[in-house]
Amino acid sequence: MIADDDEKWLAAAMTAVKQNAFYMQRAIDSNNLKDALKFSAQMLSELRTSKLSPHKYYELYMRVFNELGTLEIFFKEETGRGCSIAELYELVQHAGNILPRLYLLCTIGSVYIKSKDVTTTDILKDLVEMCRAVQHPLRGLFLRSYLAQVTRDKLPSIVSELEGDGDAQMNALEFVLQNFTEMNKLWVRMQHQGSSREKEKREKERNELRDLVGKNLHVLSQLEGVDLGIYRDTVLPRILEQVVNCKDELAQCYLMDCIIQVFPDDFHLQTLDVLLGACPQLQPSVDIKTVLSGLMERLSNYAASSVEALPNFLQVEAFSKFNYAIGKVVEAQVDLPAAGSVTLYLFLLKFTLHVYSDRLDYVDQVLGSCVTQLSATGKLCDDKAAKQIVAFLSAPLEKYNNVVTILKLTNFPRVMEYLDHETNKAMAIIIVQSVLKNNTHISTADEVDAFFELAKGLIKDFDGAIDNEIDEEDFQEEQNFVARLVHNLYNDDPEEMSKIIFTVRKHILTGGPKRLPLTIPALVFSALKLIRRLRGGDENPFGDDSSATPKRILQLLSETVEALSDVSAPDLALRLYLQCAQAANDCELETVTYEFFTKAYLLYEEEISDSKAQITALRLIIGTLQRMRVFNVENRDILTHKATGYSARLLRKPDQCRAVYECAHLFWADECENLKDGERVVLCLKRAQRIADAVQKMTNASRGTSSTGSVALYVELLNKYLYFLEKGNTKVTGDTIKSLAELIRSETKKVESGAESFINSTLRYIEFQRQQDGGMSEKYEKIKMEWFE
Amino acid sequence: MNFLLGAFKPACNISITFTDGKNRKQVPIKKDNGQIVMNPLFQSQETIAGKIHIDPYQGKKVEHNGVKVELLGQIEMYFDRGNFYDFTSLVRELDVPGEIYERKTYPFEFSSVEMPYETYNGVNVRLKYVLKVTVTRGYAGSIVEYQDFVVRNYVPPPPINNSIKMEVGIEDCLHIEFEYNKSKYHLKDVILGKIYFLLVRIKIKNMDLEIRRRESTGAGANTHVETETLAKFELMDGAPVRGESIPVRVFLSPYDLTPTHTNINNKFSVKYYLNLVLVDEEDRRYFKQQEITLYRLKEEAS
Repeated sequence: MIADDDEKWLAAAMTAVKQNAFYMQRAIDSNNLKDALKFSAQMLSELRTSKLSPHKYYELYMRVFNELGTLEIFFKEETGRGCSIAELYELVQHAGNILPRLYLLCTIGSVYIKSKDVTTTDILKDLVEMCRAVQHPLRGLFLRSYLAQVTRDKLPSIVSELEGDGDAQMNALEFVLQNFTEMNKLWVRMQHQGSSREKEKREKERNELRDLVGKNLHVLSQLEGVDLGIYRDTVLPRILEQVVNCKDELAQCYLMDCIIQVFPDDFHLQTLDVLLGACPQLQPSVDIKTVLSGLMERLSNYAASSVEALPNFLQVEAFSKFNYAIGKVVEAQVDLPAAGSVTLYLFLLKFTLHVYSDRLDYVDQVLGSCVTQLSATGKLCDDKAAKQIVAFLSAPLEKYNNVVTILKLTNFPRVMEYLDHETNKAMAIIIVQSVLKNNTHISTADEVDAFFELAKGLIKDFDGAIDNEIDEEDFQEEQNFVARLVHNLYNDDPEEMSKIIFTVRKHILTGGPKRLPLTIPALVFSALKLIRRLRGGDENPFGDDSSATPKRILQLLSETVEALSDVSAPDLALRLYLQCAQAANDCELETVTYEFFTKAYLLYEEEISDSKAQITALRLIIGTLQRMRVFNVENRDILTHKATGYSARLLRKPDQCRAVYECAHLFWADECENLKDGERVVLCLKRAQRIADAVQKMTNASRGTSSTGSVALYVELLNKYLYFLEKGNTKVTGDTIKSLAELIRSETKKVESGAESFINSTLRYIEFQRQQDGGMSEKYEKIKMEWFE
Repeated sequence: MNFLLGAFKPACNISITFTDGKNRKQVPIKKDNGQIVMNPLFQSQETIAGKIHIDPYQGKKVEHNGVKVELLGQIEMYFDRGNFYDFTSLVRELDVPGEIYERKTYPFEFSSVEMPYETYNGVNVRLKYVLKVTVTRGYAGSIVEYQDFVVRNYVPPPPINNSIKMEVGIEDCLHIEFEYNKSKYHLKDVILGKIYFLLVRIKIKNMDLEIRRRESTGAGANTHVETETLAKFELMDGAPVRGESIPVRVFLSPYDLTPTHTNINNKFSVKYYLNLVLVDEEDRRYFKQQEITLYRLKEEAS
């Protein structure tokens, strides 16, 4: 059918309606009953058309509907003028065409009902029965819709007036139920009209008409006499019978939803088994999850809105009923895709979480059911299903905001197993993020173990998985989550804490070369924190066999960090070794400390070849070594000597120079009297100066390239001298400083050094110190010098 | 001219009045020329009485060889128009031969007249009752005046009135079962019933119930049958599915029906049928005709 034609026909019909309505009105004005009937019938005849699409037909219907309002009033007046209503009721039935006849009959019927001079229920029965005569789906639907419409406002009053008259009440109910049933039949039948080519369009049109059918249910829900008993014994079974029997996907879907939406919550609760019992009987193509989810959502809200309702939920065992029903549905709908069944369980889970938030066993049961279901399908490759599972698993997380609670759900990890790698990882991220967001502390080793089991998607690569498309940034971000996570694994009890660390280590080490550099530091620092705590407490409160001794932990760390050096992250490993060494030093474990240093040195020698990295590493080594107090003279000498040696072997001269003067610090520790070897300090500085000289020479040789370098070095050296001078190193003499100063002066005269501000600050500092009270100015007395202006 | 006109006019005016003419019920009758006139209504065994006024025109006298009134029951076949067959003929002599000078009134009475047949106006046949007043004159021709009246006979409800119930169909195509609550209906009756669809393989568009009148005239080889559809009443719109049952409720009062007449004086019969018609989308008609008997039930105090 072409839309234009549609429009044209509608226009023609509208004109005819208008015209006949006009004549009808005129007849009404002159109280001419016969003509009024005649023209109204003619007007109604326009509704007999088969040419209009449902949409246009609706427009036409509405037009006629408005006109019929006038007629209804006229009928009412007419009965007041002595024309018996029964006569009118007969008179309208003389119309030769069925459709106008029935419209008129409904109109007068509604007046009849209002007049109350007959048993209204008889009229209702008659009307609904007579309407059977229109079997054309579209026309029948609208006719019955009209019937529902005109009787609608009268029904509740009937029912309330008939209070006590159970039979009559039932009849009114019967009326609505029957009208509903018939309308639904017609509606369902619509799909078979016309060619199969236009099926899709027809279904769309049909869908637009659904509210005509649904309105009946709405009316039912508003009948005052319908209490729980009637609902349970009559209304619901009748509706469901129709819904199930019509075997139509669209209708079933819509009507189930309608039932759920229009009737009160507590009705649903009390008739849950009936309602749920119908679900497996629906067509396989019906989107049951939408239906059930609607129901569960409603009941969830109900439970949330009124506390009094909760005992009812328990009383009717809503959970087990839902669980059972969903099981049945899944069983009945063989070809339900995995996504569908998971969605069902998702809604059940949400419902459970809402209503039975304290019943972890229920939650676990839902998960279990889901596992059973999934086990039939195997691993999921379906994107949608995977997404649903993620939502499914996230639900309890969001609810409890506590991973520890989730860990109690034994079926949780089992569900995760059905996810593909990608999704599993995504899920793991969600879990970890939940921990971080809620700052959850996981405080026992077992829980930690279980937790890592959950998060393993993040922790390690899967066998055979090729992640060549992983975005580096994302990966780092993910692993940062893991690193942050480690700090949330915490227990005040050191014993337990050490167990946790052991567990974490076990899992983290499975991570592979890409993950380790990102995750191990977190572990190390977490462990170091524990060590520091242990040191703070009693020396060894647990006896020797305890795992929680600093020594054992350090040993563990040593092994852990070694893993890093295997994966070509030597810089990092070196840093961590040094950190460990520091901790060991604090615990006064000399051999352990020495061990760490050894490892650090080895790394330096074997793995760190980049000169910039060498400089950094060397500085770290020097810095750390300087603070070591645990070593005896011999060990310290070895290490110091080594460090100095490394310094001298750096590639670039300025670097050499700097490293060497840094080494000077190794021989001087402020707080430790036996570690103040002034001579060797000066030796180091001298050596540094010699290197600086060499730099200077090279600079002069190739003038212009890096002329500032050496002057800066000299100034730096000067500062070092000043430092040690302040520290009271008697071997630092005024002469040495003066000569250095002289050197700087002469150098700056020769060439624009670029280090003026540095020099000036140094000079200002000297000046300042000289004017200080106390010992400082005395020390500076030694270096009175003429400075260049 | 006036004289001449007067000469051809009948010499007197004859009028007939019934005793209870003012109260008697009048019913409309369609005359040959299509005019509708109201005629008094009688039934069998009633006494038909009244007065006949003979009013000579001013200054004229009517000589006559006698005045009589006849009550005639006539059957007129249209193929034999103008030829009446009288099945009832009663005569009352009103006056002996003489002269009438001024208005003269004659009372008359036919007591308990047997009028077995009803007035009937059909397609090919008409049955009517008439009062015929004749002022017999020798040379000038008799003066005749007619007064039609209508006869309707009322019968009590039949003691046996079975429903009509039947299953019909076309194999593998359409099977229906229909039921009408009675086989005999009075004229203001209402037909109730239902149509039950047992099997529907065709695309039905609608279903009508027709009331058909079958009028047969003549006898033997000359029998002439005329069928008219008096009513076409839509019962159903659209295509039903198996198991549907469609209600039937037809009020007979709006239609111009008569009782069933069987072999009236060997001249004609009138029979009524209910014709159930199903029309499919290709406008093919499937129908089943059932005879019903119509009778006239005495109306309650009208």
